[in-house]
Amino acid sequence: MSDIIRRDPRAEWIARNRLHPLHAAMQTQQTSWMGPNGIIRKNPHAIAAGFIAASGLKRLDRSGAQQGTATGGRRTAAAEVQLPLHQVTDPAFYIAVVPDMVGGRLGPHDRDLLGLAHSLAGKDGAVLAIVFGEHKEGNFGAAGVDRLLVIEGEAFQGYAPEQLVQGLRAVDNQFAPQHWLLPDSRTGGGELGRRFAASLGERPATRVWQIKDGQCIGRAGAGQQDLQRGMARLILAAAECAEPVSETRHEALPVELSTSVARSLSRIEDLGSVAVDPAAIAMAESEFIVSGGNGVKDWELFHRATAALGATEGASRVAVDDGFMPRTRQVGATGTWVTARVYVAVGISGAIQHLQGIGACDKVVAVNMDPGCDMIKRADLSVIGDSAAILQALIEAVDNYRSGGQRDAA
Amino acid sequence: MSTKVISLVSIGAHPGSGRSRRAEQDARAVELGLQLAGDNLQVVHAGDHRQEALRAYLGMGLDHLDVLEQPEGADVLEVLGNYLRDAGAQLVLTGSQAETGEGSGMLPFLLAEKLGWPLIVGLAEVESIENGTAQVLQALPRGQRRRLKVRLPLLATVDNAAPKPRQSAFGPARRGVLAARDVAIVEDELLADAELQPARPRPKRLKVIKAKSGADRMKAATAKASGGGGKVLKDVSPQEGAEAILKLLVEEGVLR
Repeated sequence: MSDIIRRDPRAEWIARNRLHPLHAAMQTQQTSWMGPNGIIRKNPHAIAAGFIAASGLKRLDRSGAQQGTATGGRRTAAAEVQLPLHQVTDPAFYIAVVPDMVGGRLGPHDRDLLGLAHSLAGKDGAVLAIVFGEHKEGNFGAAGVDRLLVIEGEAFQGYAPEQLVQGLRAVDNQFAPQHWLLPDSRTGGGELGRRFAASLGERPATRVWQIKDGQCIGRAGAGQQDLQRGMARLILAAAECAEPVSETRHEALPVELSTSVARSLSRIEDLGSVAVDPAAIAMAESEFIVSGGNGVKDWELFHRATAALGATEGASRVAVDDGFMPRTRQVGATGTWVTARVYVAVGISGAIQHLQGIGACDKVVAVNMDPGCDMIKRADLSVIGDSAAILQALIEAVDNYRSGGQRDAA
Repeated sequence: MSTKVISLVSIGAHPGSGRSRRAEQDARAVELGLQLAGDNLQVVHAGDHRQEALRAYLGMGLDHLDVLEQPEGADVLEVLGNYLRDAGAQLVLTGSQAETGEGSGMLPFLLAEKLGWPLIVGLAEVESIENGTAQVLQALPRGQRRRLKVRLPLLATVDNAAPKPRQSAFGPARRGVLAARDVAIVEDELLADAELQPARPRPKRLKVIKAKSGADRMKAATAKASGGGGKVLKDVSPQEGAEAILKLLVEEGVLR
């Protein structure tokens, strides 16, 4: 909200209208003042009229500090609402959740899953989230995590599915959760859950989209059929299986494994990710997009910058209409709706259609000349300046970073 | 390459009509097997050998297809496990999940657990097989690839990142032999207490605005694309701006 002081004609009208129910609250009545003879005078009626507090309730303040909510006095932005804290001091049972943590943060699928876990846990159970390795999530409590178990170690880095299963088995031995919930996703949960199920010898309920009355319903076959069955101990749930937790805060108390995780003999060696031609990745599923718009004048430089960054190219409608980019590269409501984790908008002011198209993006970086444009309101990081100079500097910085990184490795 | 490769296939269902057909992902497993082993590829199905849809696999250029005779609703894990243990294959390929029945996608995981073999999901390409290890590319979401070195024998599932299956030709499909074998039958107990029903459309998630006051509701309804609180760098040199962008890219781990 801006801090510009504006007239509020409605409030002024109420202040003039003695019959209006809010009239008293709008008065700037002095409650005490010095009379002409040097005697302090008080107006008890003004004190008794009280004022309307931020909570919406009428309050009286007899300390003399009360100033009616006057016409000039504006209510500032609503105070942060503190949600009630849900505490489970002595959990009767655990519901274990293994979130995917794509990019080190809880994703929407993970939050749905925590909501489902919370509905299964009720009042007595605790939701135990198990996270492997480092994470960047700062607010597990708001997502509905009662207990947080972070399992760290070198063995869990990279692609080590067999070691992760060992970790989950150790958790299973110590906490014996009533239910295990994993996201049935391609980003790891689907695979890990099935491996874990095979290792435990449990028959999981897969692609579950609803849990009701002790029955879980999941898609079967190629999605043409539903399979309804009793509650399974291990549940692989689809996205939007439940509403995420939104009405309570949780403690997210850290817990630890009492034993160390057994090392499994690794039969799968991770040789690292392979460079993929970013142009070959479909834009809708690309992870990192650099888009150019009307502000880009030197397209040769733009192409060099995207190549240096290893990003998929995108464009705004204007750039496509002007013939600088093919129609297939257009981002926005009339083009492709992208889901990139990082979206860099170069010289794009942010028409509403374009902002719709990048609605699912996590982090948006804007490079623009105009500090007041809509894209900068949306962006997590904005750099105001000439796009050509910044792209040129970015290419140099990336080259430096790459060569510096190699020197460190050598 | 003289590696022995086995592809496991199932009967698929057309997503529109529900007619039986070759399963999409299993056909990809056969295609990958044909590219790797050529005539050394062995294709196995556990089910009914009279199914016409099986001939679509033969039409991809196979002489014969082994069928382990099983009634509908049988648990094929035991049978396939025994078959693979004796077959002496180095690489077993399957689709990710069946198009009919439960389709939980558990079969490859259970087979790997039973045989004690390593398992790879989302195999996209086999780069080399030597000295009892295979170097493979695994497909990751968002079009990424990861290189893995795995000990053989290996079980791998393929998904849509694997090569597209070749068309099925009519002549070879007629000429090919469906070799049925009689094997033990284990009933699957799942369908005793669970039931398959036509898929119900999932309720669309509503956007619920939990606002206490009318003003908050109005604000939520008219809100523009969210954000705010983003860092704005004004009056900085291009180098400083580029450094800030680079720092964010590195933090997010998108710079490879």
